[in-house]
Amino acid sequence: MPRPVPLDEAIATHVHDGDTVALEGFTHLIPFAAAHEIARQGRRHLKLVRMTPDVVYDQLIGLGVADELIFSYGGNPGVGSLHRLRDAVEKHWPHKVVVHEHSHAGLANAYVAGAGRLPFAVLRGYRGTDLEQQSDIISRVTCPFTGEELAAVRAVNPDVTVIHAQLADRAGNVMLWGLTGVQREAVLAADRAIVTVEEIVDEFPERTGAVILPEWVLKAVSVVPNGAWPSYALGYSTRDNDFYQQWDAVSRDRGAFLAWAKENGLEAAADA
Amino acid sequence: MPENWNSADMMNVAAARELHDGNVCLVGVGPPNLAANLARHTHAPDCRLVYESGAIDAKPRRLPLSIGDDDLAATATSVVSVPEMFNYWVGAGRIDVGFLGAAQIDKFGNINTTVIGDHDNPKTRLPGAGGAPEIAANAGRVIVIVKQSTRTFVEKVDFVTSVGYGPTGRERQAPGAGPTLVITDHGVLEPDPETNELTMTRLHPGVTVEQARAATGWDLKFAADIQSVPEPTETELDMLRRLRAREVIDA
Repeated sequence: MPRPVPLDEAIATHVHDGDTVALEGFTHLIPFAAAHEIARQGRRHLKLVRMTPDVVYDQLIGLGVADELIFSYGGNPGVGSLHRLRDAVEKHWPHKVVVHEHSHAGLANAYVAGAGRLPFAVLRGYRGTDLEQQSDIISRVTCPFTGEELAAVRAVNPDVTVIHAQLADRAGNVMLWGLTGVQREAVLAADRAIVTVEEIVDEFPERTGAVILPEWVLKAVSVVPNGAWPSYALGYSTRDNDFYQQWDAVSRDRGAFLAWAKENGLEAAADA
Repeated sequence: MPENWNSADMMNVAAARELHDGNVCLVGVGPPNLAANLARHTHAPDCRLVYESGAIDAKPRRLPLSIGDDDLAATATSVVSVPEMFNYWVGAGRIDVGFLGAAQIDKFGNINTTVIGDHDNPKTRLPGAGGAPEIAANAGRVIVIVKQSTRTFVEKVDFVTSVGYGPTGRERQAPGAGPTLVITDHGVLEPDPETNELTMTRLHPGVTVEQARAATGWDLKFAADIQSVPEPTETELDMLRRLRAREVIDA
């Protein structure tokens, strides 16, 4: 991997139609620029995975990129609905999206199992909820030591995981800090991982609590300053809460959404 | 109702009052975020706010819009990954108080935040579970904050996202105590000690029994010694306004 590659080349090489693709980042460090590049290249029939679909998947779903979605919280945080997600699920526009849903604990642990190359993970949640009806991803298992009945979640192993980070060094190792979400697990669960970074440095700074991913678990690193906007990169930007609030009006209306797509060079992707 | 506050203010103030110094509180977006920060800036400066994004002991200088705003990590004592948050902190029972919202709630405190209608072909797709199922199961006690109406307070929820006391009030098996308080814009409901049926125990100033009954989709029961919630104070209202305006507030 080491040599940084342009983002369009990284996406063209590693993200294919029909892939299971995770773009992770829990509110912080969401790889928006990479998502837009996936749409711009016209990818189709993706199975998207993300704990919080957020505005980033609202955009991809509205653009017709996804056929399925694995997620755990599909709202615009602090604002309201993700209207493109709702339109796809409720009215099948631009086409039907099949949803598989977890709790945060469930999906986080599904990534943990995936990263460890185990078939499932164990947790104490889910008992008595209707989420258990999704028996293909959630089941129960009995502890062989105590007899306690626990929830089991099927591992998630994306074909590709894409994340955004603050730094890469010249060797292509990657460093991120702040709210680090589930990115380490999502990268290690994937067959291929792509990282966009704010900048490349000669040496990493000392940082308590930082996550460092060795270059040999990554397929590509691309330098994309501000590649998380309107999400943010701690130390480089703050969350553009105004954009998140304004998105509500854009996504609420199909026409306004298509106009947004056109303005941003993403209209070719929309199959509506 | 007085001129300087409304029922939504009263709901948030009443919720904030239930949080005390030393409580470890898991905070979600919306009214819980407002109530928890109101408590921290008024009577409970030493309550501990935990955000599911990984910020432990967050002390945000202004009200965060999302649970992952930059101010949370920057002011936290510790920042942990999401798997660690749910496995070592929420799942392990280190949370005293969990605040939850609801799109629908039934008389036994079971909560729906997933869909209205059929799951595979819903009339309304709601955001889904998020952290709620584990918070509902594992927090020492759960406080639900939700506006009361016949659309929300229903005989049977369309989908059980988070378990309160189970379908007949007797099925709860989780470690935490469950929804011990439901705070609405009408007053406060608490589970009956025998049956776990949510019963109105307090009314907000100016709210009548008839109004609360009319806003409930089941035959609502009232405590024999129903109490009145004290009006919001000027201090509470002032801080609520400053938080809503997302002013920077020094602790």
